[in-house]
Amino acid sequence: MNTAIEDFIIAYAHDIDDVRLDGWPDYFTEDGTYTILTRENLAAGLPMGIMYCQGRGMMSDRIKAMKEANIYEAHTYCHLLGRSQIEENSDGSYQARTNFNIIRTMQDGASEMFAVGKYLDVIEMRDGQPQPQPLFKERKVVLESRRVDILLVYPL
Amino acid sequence: MSLSSVDDLKQPMTWPTGGATRIPYRLYSDPEIYALEQERIFKGPVWNFLCLEIDIPNAGDYKTSTVGETPIIATRDENGGVHAMVNRCSHKGALVCLKEKGNAKMLTCIYHSWSFDLAGNLKGVAFRNGLQGKGGLPDDFDTSKHGLETLRVETFCGLVFGTFSDETPSVESYLGQPMSKFLRRNLGKPLKPLGMHSQIIHNNWKLYAENVRDSYHATLLHTFYTTFKINRLDMDGGIVLAEDKWHHISYAKRETFDEAEEYKRSNIHAAQYDSQLDGPQLLNAWNEFDDGITHSIQAIFPNLAIQFTLNSLCVRFFVPRGIDKTELFWFYVGYEDDTEEQTAMRVMQGNLTGAAGLVSLEDGCINEFVQRGTHGSEGKAGLAEMGGRDVESSDASRATETAIRGFWTGYRKIMGIA
Repeated sequence: MNTAIEDFIIAYAHDIDDVRLDGWPDYFTEDGTYTILTRENLAAGLPMGIMYCQGRGMMSDRIKAMKEANIYEAHTYCHLLGRSQIEENSDGSYQARTNFNIIRTMQDGASEMFAVGKYLDVIEMRDGQPQPQPLFKERKVVLESRRVDILLVYPL
Repeated sequence: MSLSSVDDLKQPMTWPTGGATRIPYRLYSDPEIYALEQERIFKGPVWNFLCLEIDIPNAGDYKTSTVGETPIIATRDENGGVHAMVNRCSHKGALVCLKEKGNAKMLTCIYHSWSFDLAGNLKGVAFRNGLQGKGGLPDDFDTSKHGLETLRVETFCGLVFGTFSDETPSVESYLGQPMSKFLRRNLGKPLKPLGMHSQIIHNNWKLYAENVRDSYHATLLHTFYTTFKINRLDMDGGIVLAEDKWHHISYAKRETFDEAEEYKRSNIHAAQYDSQLDGPQLLNAWNEFDDGITHSIQAIFPNLAIQFTLNSLCVRFFVPRGIDKTELFWFYVGYEDDTEEQTAMRVMQGNLTGAAGLVSLEDGCINEFVQRGTHGSEGKAGLAEMGGRDVESSDASRATETAIRGFWTGYRKIMGIA
């Protein structure tokens, strides 16, 4: 199971790196949540993140806005992931913690570290063939820094 | 580089003909102007935002910040009083408080252990009398003359302000009646922190000061505002300027929306995105007030703005970090008496603004585009003639740049630019 989860976590990152974002909500359960928050706010127990999606609908709204509404300078991400630490919960779901470092490349050629932190995931296993399909019930993207350079439009 | 007047500039500066309708590009990129602003504005007769009162709720709490580029400590003493000092030890100039926030009985510089009380008075000098009868400070050293440099402090509606100048009138007169009334509307009851983050924008701080006063751009650049009818120029709304012109309020009433043909006809990016929300819960707002205002932004000179978009209440503070770099802080708040549902809705609507805000993320780059676009054109000037050339409140339309002209009117005066 751990390999399936690790493959899943890596596929998610590669899809974003390759700008295949239409399928991003499908990585989540229908009512899954996605939050980008800072380490500082998490430690202080403050509820507010930098991005918060409750359910796939809000996630597709993000992608639609990103593609059609929002204005920003072209850029790409490259995710570098650490090995995931995975534990099974008593209800059969899994928890995973994975460190990440995301390099952003702007159109002028600058490749710079954009975001560093950890994914804190709750993953559900759905029946599937040839093997069960993991989905994020909850994905918390915890940024080490409270400071974002320029703007944040693609999901992390 | 320390300058005190325009006459000290190596390259003379006069305002172009056209007054506040012309904005010299040089003001965004000249390091001498930047240095002059530190003296005349941030150390001058203005109230600088230091922190929220809820950042320092208890005796001994402190929070560090900056006034312009000067590092500052705001504290709360044993009696509930609020103080502010320059975060610079009176001995050798080291930072006294290293942490962004903390709680302490005394503020002690780690370099040589000089310690100060919460009002900045020097209370202890390590080895003051030397050791074993040798060394130490001279007998006539007067500790009362060597406290931390203090600022005058006032709190208003949960905001802590500081000023270096003796000439700054009280916060309430500095704001004027319409501004203080509207602040009371938005921040007039106990606040609750919801979360904070910041954003580095690669532009001069004044470009953001203009940006928050620019009601003309808001519905053109920020498509999400327009499409989802959160803020458009075809809603009832207006601009209120303070008497000094440099603060403003821009407001809109969502329920008065009456679709204007101009949005459809013009080649406007913002009107071409036609969409329904798949997650409509984002905009399930409740009416907080009975005045019909559902969106407002209020800018307080020099570098503070308070935004209330639907139910998302946020204190924006933009700090110069160099001539072409600004750190924009987003302090999201709710009210202490909010229900859980109300807090959840404010958190939900946090998606609208901030570094990843559906309606605001463009501002992370648009000001940088001006910074880059004006490189090499320091002798030229930008235009601000929308809505006319006067600098007055506008209750008829927000298709105006009057608040931008207001900012520059105040700026020019305080900078003493002829």
